[in-house]
Amino acid sequence: MSEQKTMAPEIGSLALLRWAWRQLTSMRTALILLMLLGVAAIPGSLFPQRNQNPQKVDSYFTSDPTLAKWMDRFHLFNVYASPWFSAIYLLLFISLIGCVLPRTFHHLRAIGKVPPLTPRNLDRMEGYCTVETDSATALDRSLLWFKKNHFRVRIEGDSISAEKGYSRETGNLLFHLSLILILVGVALGSLLGMKGEAILNVGDRFINTPTSYDNISYGKFQGQGSLPPFALTVKDFVASYDAATGQPSNYVLTTDISNPLGTAPKRVIIKVNKPWTVGSTKVYLQANGYSPLVTIKDKSGHVTFNGPVIFLPQDANLSSLGAIKVPDMNPQIGFIASFIPTASSSAARGIFSTYPEVLDPRLVLSAWKGNLGLDSGTPQSVYSLNTAQMTKIGLKALTLGSTYDFGYGTITFDGWKAWVNLQIVDDPGKMYALFGALFAILGLLISLFTRQRRIWVKVGNGVEIAGLAKNGIPGLEADLTALTRALQEEVAE
Amino acid sequence: MTTSSLAYFSNDAIYACLAIFALAFFSHAVEVSWSVKNTSESDKTEFDFSRTDRAGRLGTAMMILGTIVLAVAVITRGLSAHRVPWGNMYEFSITGALMLNAAYLFAFTKYKVRWLGLPVSISVLLTLGTAITVLYRPSAPLVPALKSPWLAIHVLAAIISGGVFLVANLVAATYLVMDRYESKGGRPTWAAKLPSQDALDQLSYRLVAFVFPLWTFAVIAGAIWAESAWGKYWSWDPKETWAFITWVAYAAYLHARVTVGWRGRRAAWLCIFAGSTFLFNYIWVNIWGTGLHTYSGL
Repeated sequence: MSEQKTMAPEIGSLALLRWAWRQLTSMRTALILLMLLGVAAIPGSLFPQRNQNPQKVDSYFTSDPTLAKWMDRFHLFNVYASPWFSAIYLLLFISLIGCVLPRTFHHLRAIGKVPPLTPRNLDRMEGYCTVETDSATALDRSLLWFKKNHFRVRIEGDSISAEKGYSRETGNLLFHLSLILILVGVALGSLLGMKGEAILNVGDRFINTPTSYDNISYGKFQGQGSLPPFALTVKDFVASYDAATGQPSNYVLTTDISNPLGTAPKRVIIKVNKPWTVGSTKVYLQANGYSPLVTIKDKSGHVTFNGPVIFLPQDANLSSLGAIKVPDMNPQIGFIASFIPTASSSAARGIFSTYPEVLDPRLVLSAWKGNLGLDSGTPQSVYSLNTAQMTKIGLKALTLGSTYDFGYGTITFDGWKAWVNLQIVDDPGKMYALFGALFAILGLLISLFTRQRRIWVKVGNGVEIAGLAKNGIPGLEADLTALTRALQEEVAE
Repeated sequence: MTTSSLAYFSNDAIYACLAIFALAFFSHAVEVSWSVKNTSESDKTEFDFSRTDRAGRLGTAMMILGTIVLAVAVITRGLSAHRVPWGNMYEFSITGALMLNAAYLFAFTKYKVRWLGLPVSISVLLTLGTAITVLYRPSAPLVPALKSPWLAIHVLAAIISGGVFLVANLVAATYLVMDRYESKGGRPTWAAKLPSQDALDQLSYRLVAFVFPLWTFAVIAGAIWAESAWGKYWSWDPKETWAFITWVAYAAYLHARVTVGWRGRRAAWLCIFAGSTFLFNYIWVNIWGTGLHTYSGL
């Protein structure tokens, strides 16, 4: 009794599983999941995504924290890595595998087989007609035509059953199997890959270790010590602009790379569409901007800060914003500053940039004193000043080489350097994705441009012919007409 | 010719196109709406198309002439900047209009669909008109991210696909309009000359099936290019996302037709929905969207 009791639910759950599997792998479910995937991709294009535009996500949190928190709960700022998005595409691919694998086996078995028997009642088929021709030789002559047109044939006494276009299913399966290969490539990339960014001023040296990066993220199974050991020195960066429109026309980054570390450096030019490759890792030129050079001295003339400060570009003419922090002064001093490469001014806009190249630079400073908040423990951006515990002590626009006395010391605008943002990416799965994509197109072309049809010829009641086109795809009539002509022509001769 | 005079020449050619396509639209309108003067009032099933056939032929001549002039405009625009003419939204639009025409002329020679000239010419007029007034930007060199051989491959494939998708949409829309008439008791006399519902249904399917592999290729070429320019072959940038949505929608359309056997009204709506995602991507994402594909120059 007790055995039966435990057996019963097991059979039930097995049946349920089988039912669920059959539901999941049905065409209808696959179609719904496919549409659902398209719909699910939409919110990610409407709301800012954390990995693409973190500043904009932050602005959602500052303008309406409650709403933003709820949006975050539904992963609306990280749609493409969210559980619900993953659930849809995983279900879709399970459904796809469950649908495609049995069909593949079925197709492989069917490849060597001859076409099915000629149906008893040909007149129920499409394009049925009788051909006025000599019935004694009709079968031989149609066989000739079938062979010439690459049909596979089955001869059964008084009839021929011919079929063409098996490659339609081959292409179809190739396409769907390739989609699975693409997913494998994507998965490998995200599990074994690595992506990082580093901002370097011209003249800086970058050694490829995790600490050199401004941010770096690894795939789940990527060992952190596996970065290729190279060192890269930024020798020069040239940005050229179209004088009429101010649009950039070319970026050229000149580097010296020692690969592996310790070998003699080689000159390497990196451009926007020309990354540098080492193994499966690539180094890309991603963005650029300006770092103004400043010297800050205290009242006694002692230098408390000297060097380039990376500023972030704000517009197409590279007006750049940044923060200069001097913790080693008493009181602590900070500047919120903008670097204007080619300055112009108007009453409405103040000082602004009219051209992205440095032709007539200004450094616009607002000076603050107080507590920079660097010891509070919470990390803060190097590009902005936390003025919560500070008071503003002055405002000044500096031309190149000029000095501003802010009361507790002086700041001199010495010059500028260009900086570049390098993106370093390792994606070992991308070749799988690429081959998957290419095979997918091939399969698609084969399946969409192959017409699968059957044609029968039967003698006895005169010469009867008929056909059947899979999915009602047109073109069958043309075949039947050609066959009829072939049968009649020979008689005429 | 100097480069700037080439750019001016290209602009003049676009204005000439506006006139030519307006004439084409007018001719097709005359052909379609007046083609059904009955020879005898009593017999309403007999139509005499001969009287406006000349208007239809004039329309076709204008479509061909317009396509040639538009091709010259696109080519000289490219020559004026020493590059392929696909650097901003103005250039995408005039090339898109050219591809829409090419798709129409292809369908015209293959399937004898002169009537399609009516919706196609008005679409081209709207596209070119918007391009030259709102989207126009002076001819200039490419921004660095666009300097790649993939520009020609990826953008051309995308623009051709777009042109054919739009024609398929126009056919599907015609199907739906005629479907409404037929369900209310029959087509109006002016539409008697249009192909049967079956033929319209088949035509929009064939156009989509023909160009879907090309669209797939356009997306993949974009991914390959993205890998070399941005370091990631797929980053769910809004443009990529919507290209993917368009792909999914057309994939669903093809499956619905081939596997599930959708025909007629439902299939036409799905086709129009898929085409709208393409248009949405082109208009909304280019102008108001953010992300990496911000080349509209607006």
